[in-house]
Amino acid sequence: MSNFRLCPDTGLFFDKNAESLIKVNAVAAVVFLLVAGILALGVALTRWPAVHLLPADQFYMFLTAHGVDALLFWIIFFEIAILYFASSTLLRCRLAAPRWAWLGFALMLIGAVTTNVAIFQGNSSVMMTSYVPMMAAPHFYLGLILFAVGALIGCFVFFGTLVLAKDQKTYEGSIPLVTFGAMTAAIIAVFTIACGAIILIPTFLWSIGYISYIDPEMYRVIWWGMGHSSQQINVVAHVSVWYLVAGITLGARPMSEKVSRFAFLLYILFLQLASAHHILVDPGISAEWKIFNTSYAMYLAVLASMIHGLTVPGAMEVAQREKGYTHGMFEWLRKAPWGNPAFSSTFISLIIFGFIGGITGVVMGTEQINLIIHNTIYVPAHFHATVAVGTTLTFMGLTFFLIPVLFRRQMILPTLAKWQPFMFGGSMTILILFMMGAGTLGVSRRHWDMDFAGAALSFEYSGMAYTLMGIAGIGAVLAVISGGAYLLITVGSLLFGKKLDPSAGILQNFLGVPLSRDTYNAEPEVLPMAAAVEEHGSAGFEAPGTFVLAMILLISFVVYYFINWKYLASVWPLS
Amino acid sequence: MTSYLPPAQRIWWNVPVGRQEIIWIAIALVWCLIMFFMMPYWHVYGKQNLSTEAYKTTPAQFGPKVQAMIDQYTVRTETDQQIPVVAPPAGSDIYMLGRLWQWWPILELEKDKTYRLHISSMDWNHGFSLQPVNINLQVVPGYEMVLNITPDTAGEFGVVCNEYCGIGHHSMLGRIYVKE
Repeated sequence: MSNFRLCPDTGLFFDKNAESLIKVNAVAAVVFLLVAGILALGVALTRWPAVHLLPADQFYMFLTAHGVDALLFWIIFFEIAILYFASSTLLRCRLAAPRWAWLGFALMLIGAVTTNVAIFQGNSSVMMTSYVPMMAAPHFYLGLILFAVGALIGCFVFFGTLVLAKDQKTYEGSIPLVTFGAMTAAIIAVFTIACGAIILIPTFLWSIGYISYIDPEMYRVIWWGMGHSSQQINVVAHVSVWYLVAGITLGARPMSEKVSRFAFLLYILFLQLASAHHILVDPGISAEWKIFNTSYAMYLAVLASMIHGLTVPGAMEVAQREKGYTHGMFEWLRKAPWGNPAFSSTFISLIIFGFIGGITGVVMGTEQINLIIHNTIYVPAHFHATVAVGTTLTFMGLTFFLIPVLFRRQMILPTLAKWQPFMFGGSMTILILFMMGAGTLGVSRRHWDMDFAGAALSFEYSGMAYTLMGIAGIGAVLAVISGGAYLLITVGSLLFGKKLDPSAGILQNFLGVPLSRDTYNAEPEVLPMAAAVEEHGSAGFEAPGTFVLAMILLISFVVYYFINWKYLASVWPLS
Repeated sequence: MTSYLPPAQRIWWNVPVGRQEIIWIAIALVWCLIMFFMMPYWHVYGKQNLSTEAYKTTPAQFGPKVQAMIDQYTVRTETDQQIPVVAPPAGSDIYMLGRLWQWWPILELEKDKTYRLHISSMDWNHGFSLQPVNINLQVVPGYEMVLNITPDTAGEFGVVCNEYCGIGHHSMLGRIYVKE
């Protein structure tokens, strides 16, 4: 009796346990995205100065929950699904220790719900960062700890599956690049969760009175070992998904296995140093510490991202040129499958992550330039480019692929799905660019009222700052609508999409109940190595269009970087 | 032949890398090094570098130092709350404290003179955001940050709190005057 199901459309083999766990993790992720999206609307309509919807207490409560639900719960649930997919499904191996995987899922779910309950009870509006000595209710921290333990179990199930696959020789040669990327993400996740445990467990004990004092600076340094690193998991995970989608939609292979894997290795070694980005204007931190850490040693993780920035679209270009789209520099791109939302979301994500997310991140993470950016609304502009467009849009695109393949339902509203990545990417870009502008004018993040109602003194931001915040508000509302379109399509498809397998019912889709027993009738053969191709690239330029795009990125980067130094040079001298 | 299959060559790390990737990696590495050396360069030749001078402190230690400056150099008070406006001599040690929810006191400085500014928080994290100049510092309780500051523009400046500090966060506003 087999435990594997062969997907007739893609040739992927799904282990029964892995399939169920991928489904429930993905569904839980989408539920938290829904919550995060509703909260986003409240936040956006309050920061839009002309609307200013919520009262202060609700605004801070919404903002705390929006951060936690969007940055942690939505993304990490989805990443656990990706880990199981990249190990069990891609390697054609049964999932190791499925009961542990279910336990991990249960802990994550209980933790996520607990933290949300704590926030909506109203006494834990401490923002996602929860800087001590501002205290949240104990179950705010407890929920995060449970969630982290569950995620850690998920990582070890992933590692166990890799070991199992190697032991059982389910594949030839080395693990695929996508799995290698997922492994990178899982390694960074273990580091992240360790930092979280080191700081959140004492903080929990402090909140119930067993510890009397936690040094606020130490808290900030260690907390960001979790807070920033968790976003680095996202970077690695979504870059892996970019390679996956390039393979799925275009049949692309990596330009060079060595280069891409080396870039992932650089991530393992250097990416987490970026936690220092948050400590650049803190008291008493030495300049040497800041320079070394904020630059990921010598920008070696930026080097890695710039490498992926060439090799992901480069792999797409090579694949397209092999199909005959060789006219000029960009025929490969014009004739790309823009109507396939998995592809379009990946490419939009790649562009916005690189051009906006990456460049702003490096600029604001420069030791001295951080002085003119720290805690302004430029900061959320940056991480909406990296996380909301980079990670979230990539994951949205992957879900469109998974609906028929994993959930065995036909997608409803295909025309809306075709446009959704453009709607979400476009509206998010409006939000991001105008928040960047407002941040440059000094508008604060995490702030209920830029009019400072009730303050003894007064200060007026420029009229331009108000205009920019207003347009950002419009962008945010459009982004919420586009996110709503995504939820409508995905949840609607799971409920009402045409069944591609007669047993793909509601319980199967939402609770991970296996499909009918006779569906699992496949015995996977050993996963073969990719077909060898004639090496024709090393002499010439395989992907000239991509190289042009990369040079445009570099020039934008250089210009914007030095503009910010110029701006810094205009502020009051400090030493 | 895709990214989700094992590499086509078993010994994939011996496959030569294409010219295009090598050129890009070289360009990117040079750019990374330029960005890295910009930071030490600015420490030597730039004028905006954050001091690393800081001391551990407590509200009981920091508060009296602020009060001593206020007692000595207050020139007037402003608003119903009688917020003191303090005009210490150029080059002296000046103090500003953050607490729920005000920056205290108001400082009156002279243009192009350098002051040693001490900042600390009496309770939670606060954010010192000098506007519209746009200098932003993290103010952490238990730590006294000391920086040399040289106002080179005259006028009235706001000190916005840009680190969330509870329900009254939006009303936490301070002021610095700079006289010609």
